[in-house]
Amino acid sequence: MRFMLLFSRQGKLRLQKWYTATAERDKKKMVRELMQVVLARKPKMCSFLEWRDLKIVYKRYASLYFCCAVEEQDNELITLEVIHRFVELLDKYFGSVCELDIIFNFEKAYFILDEFLMGGEIQDTSKKGVLKAIEQADLLQEVDVSSPKSFFLFK
Amino acid sequence: MPAVSKGDGMRGLAVFISDIRNCKSKEAEIKRINKELANIRSKFKGDKALDGYSKKKYVCKLLFIFLLGHDIDFGHMEAVNLLSSNKYTEKQIGYLFISVLVNSNSELIRLINNAIKNDLSSRNPTFMCLALHCIANVGSREMAEAFAGEIPRILVAGDTMDSVKQSAALCLLRLYRTSPDLVLMGEWTSRVVHLLNDQHMGVVTAAISLITCLSQKNPEEFKTCVSLAVSRLSRIVSSASTDLQDYTYYFVPAPWLSCKLLRLLQCYPPPEDGAVKGRLVECLETILNKAQEPPKSKKVQHSNAKNAILFEAIALIIHYDSEPNLLVRACNQLGQFLQHRETNLRYLALESMCTLASSEFSHEAVKTHIETVINALKTERDVSVRQRAADLLYAMCDRSNAKQIVAEMLSYLETADYSIREEMVLKVAILAEKYAVDYSWYVDTILNLIRIAGDYVSEEVWYRVIQIVINRDDVQGYAAKTVFEALQAPACHENMVKVGGYILGEFGNLIAGDPRSSPLVQFNLLHSKFHLCSVPTRALLLSAYIKFINLFPETKPTIQEVLRCDSQIRNSDVELQQRAVEYLKLSSIASTDVLATVLEEMPPFPERESSILAKLKKKKGPGAVSGNELEEGKREGGELNGAGERPGDSSAIGASNASTPSPSADLLGLRSAAPVSAAPPSAGSLLVDVFSEAGPAAPAAGANDDGFLSSAPPSVVSEDPAPPLPESDELLNKFVCKNNGVLFENQLLQIGVKSEYRQNLGRMYLFYGNKTSVQFVNFTTTVSCPGELQSQLNVQLKPVDPLVEGGAQVQQVINIECLTVFSDAPLLNIKFRYGGALQNLTLKLPVAINKFFQPTEMSSHDFFQRWKQLSQPQQEAQKIFKANHAMDTEVLKAKLLGLGTALLEKVDPNPDNFVCAGVIQTKAQQVGCLLRLEPNAQAQPGEQMYRLTLRSSKDTVAKRLCELLAEQF
Repeated sequence: MRFMLLFSRQGKLRLQKWYTATAERDKKKMVRELMQVVLARKPKMCSFLEWRDLKIVYKRYASLYFCCAVEEQDNELITLEVIHRFVELLDKYFGSVCELDIIFNFEKAYFILDEFLMGGEIQDTSKKGVLKAIEQADLLQEVDVSSPKSFFLFK
Repeated sequence: MPAVSKGDGMRGLAVFISDIRNCKSKEAEIKRINKELANIRSKFKGDKALDGYSKKKYVCKLLFIFLLGHDIDFGHMEAVNLLSSNKYTEKQIGYLFISVLVNSNSELIRLINNAIKNDLSSRNPTFMCLALHCIANVGSREMAEAFAGEIPRILVAGDTMDSVKQSAALCLLRLYRTSPDLVLMGEWTSRVVHLLNDQHMGVVTAAISLITCLSQKNPEEFKTCVSLAVSRLSRIVSSASTDLQDYTYYFVPAPWLSCKLLRLLQCYPPPEDGAVKGRLVECLETILNKAQEPPKSKKVQHSNAKNAILFEAIALIIHYDSEPNLLVRACNQLGQFLQHRETNLRYLALESMCTLASSEFSHEAVKTHIETVINALKTERDVSVRQRAADLLYAMCDRSNAKQIVAEMLSYLETADYSIREEMVLKVAILAEKYAVDYSWYVDTILNLIRIAGDYVSEEVWYRVIQIVINRDDVQGYAAKTVFEALQAPACHENMVKVGGYILGEFGNLIAGDPRSSPLVQFNLLHSKFHLCSVPTRALLLSAYIKFINLFPETKPTIQEVLRCDSQIRNSDVELQQRAVEYLKLSSIASTDVLATVLEEMPPFPERESSILAKLKKKKGPGAVSGNELEEGKREGGELNGAGERPGDSSAIGASNASTPSPSADLLGLRSAAPVSAAPPSAGSLLVDVFSEAGPAAPAAGANDDGFLSSAPPSVVSEDPAPPLPESDELLNKFVCKNNGVLFENQLLQIGVKSEYRQNLGRMYLFYGNKTSVQFVNFTTTVSCPGELQSQLNVQLKPVDPLVEGGAQVQQVINIECLTVFSDAPLLNIKFRYGGALQNLTLKLPVAINKFFQPTEMSSHDFFQRWKQLSQPQQEAQKIFKANHAMDTEVLKAKLLGLGTALLEKVDPNPDNFVCAGVIQTKAQQVGCLLRLEPNAQAQPGEQMYRLTLRSSKDTVAKRLCELLAEQF
């Protein structure tokens, strides 16, 4: 996988992960272009498209588009399920995840993605395996921080 | 507001994020961000030491700002500090920041690498994983250098935790992809392969990505993985849907691993061992059988996972292309998907069938689905699916169904999306020619193509129809009649006018017997379009008119009248005016015999290859033309012609009479490409070559309008080298103090340089890497030395392969001889076709005068004595300039050494200064140079300056070196 983007229906980028070295300028250009292409597509259209020399696999969950750019020989359907598994992981971690969770806890979203994919390849497909790693990390955090910040501050 | 704030929330961060979200305008957002940046900056600079939590919070805010798309130019150091925190949460944010905002600042990389090293050896699996993630995320060469040796050890060590193994495998994969030369598997190979047998499915899943990549590059060393992969696959395929517990995904056992195993097997030919092969065939059959079973769940995830495996299995079956039974079963399965209600499956089935169509075993089976595919082309609502349908029609086309498929594609073109029209046009044109049984059908098709999608008909297409008509007597009358009819349409495309002008000019006589298409009617019809056309088309029409005068003497007065009118003879366009003047003169003074000779019918077009090359050799005179000089030769030829002669002037007439082909013939320009023995159109059609064929001579030889009209040699479509890229000077500056590196990179292409110099000679290796997965064809490179550089530098290119496969890299050697001192850099022009589109770019070759430096060691006394000897004003060049980079002594030293001079220690009384000495070696002379660089290191950052002084026995050298160097610090 070359990169993964999460963006909203309004064209706001929520998460970006690049698995090959790309110049910032090119990144911005690609993001802009790709968002335009994907957002212009209608709901019933197919989840795959050719874009530049890449294959784009995308899926919309509520207000968020998850969009992966994969190589020519990569398997489109399994990439769709990569997206789904990532959504499941977010969901499990945040407890019915919504766009705001990802905005306000963007760093967590990156951590979860990192546990799941590394260098663009799947590290572990087991939901338990990935979540265990994240929970362990969270546990470590709780231990470190002597006075946990108010949990429900924004409720 | 967020529903949860897991772990430890950072309140300040959340407040900041909601502030940003509440901003009503972009300006307000920028204002808020700038305020925050100022705040963070002051916190970082403040006297009070920040605690870990605050540092983490601010670094996290910076990260957020960066991810919003704003530039961040500080905070890196604080992030690096976080790496060595022993609080996990701080470390984690530090790593995240580094991963997202890598900075090639060498100082920082050293610190980062240090922190990583500590974490890797910490034996704490969570820390180790963080460090491995960071390496994989950054994946830079420096990191590969530091860790490529260590990671394989972690990967195979018996006591490594599974989670660390997984990270290590993928981390290694990333490093292998960026720096394959640094990742040496050697002794580890067999243990890595055996990870396929690991008990932990997660480890296998991660390791197989690494093994697949390594197998692609070193199939022989890794081939033992085949039997291991088959047995692993067989175990998964035969397991019940709940056996694998957490690795079962919506009732499908280990779909990711299955796909990856099938993918790995595609790196190899079918297994030779009968038992292994039998087992694999059994697996594939089981997968195909399962597709027919009722689904275990209605969820789309279930069917996606199941079908992902199925498509990968079909890909393997197609890859083997040896099991007719499986191929036909695969085809039938895909046939079912063609009508599936899921758009995704229809898309994939169309795509996959495209490859099946090229297998001899399944071609016929694919053809049976033609009606479904045509229907898809007509009714699919998604353009990407229609595109796949068009691709498949193209792939399944053969003599038996060509007429039907071409007709369907043509009718689709009328409503096709703009994005795919050009490709469709080419496909139709190729099929029409490839499977033309009768050429009247071919002519009809191409004219229809121009009528329906004229804007998308590239030059190659209409050149080609003219070539074919010229070469085939039996179709000329028909072509003239058809094009005459097509031109009757009130609005017809300019490309139609071009074809019409050309064909009627040649073969109008064949339909002149019919009073409805008498010569004057033909002429009036053509001329009625004249005023609507662009200059090149008008020029073509003028040539057609003079041909008419020869074909039909009775049209002479009318045409002369047209040529004589002010709008022609005084046209502001030089080319048109000249044609009008010359054609008018030609028609009034030349005898009928002369006219008939000058304007005789075009000879048939030649086979392409050698004729162009031979002509070039002739034109270039004594100097032999090597293959890769071809492009340049063509270009020069083009310029020569452009400047040297005009259509219809005496030289053109002379040339037309000469029996030797001459590039300067205008109307007869086409002849210049024609060898004496005219060959019939080759079976392998030229249009096909537009797509597929490599080799510089592939393009439609001769039929371009240059050949017909403006007398450039009938070679490639006019493809003058592009002007140098705007950034080429900047790129050049990168190589003043170093010889190796990446010269250029864009989406498609990466160019690496390695060079070495001795005395006045240099050798440069250029590495052209194709970053795409599509091949580059007609890949050619040329080097030119503009202006006086020609006599100063001798540059020779070795040939380069005209075909660069997707993902491949080709190397080119350039020999350079420095004849005398020079200032400019040679231009390197690169051309290739990428998916049909011509890429044309020009860079500066990183050769500067300093490359020919020989370092000279000398004592302080000698240095100053020589310094004084070179005291005339023109021998010295000096510049005072601001420091662009930090004043790091070691870096400065490295740069000055890279310059090629000797760095003289203890020469300058001020230890902060640098002095260097060297002799530039050219063939004609040696030029001694002395250099002094004086930094004011004590100044505040931002106000640091250098004074650079150069003295040299030749004034231009001091000046040039000063210019080059001033950009380096």
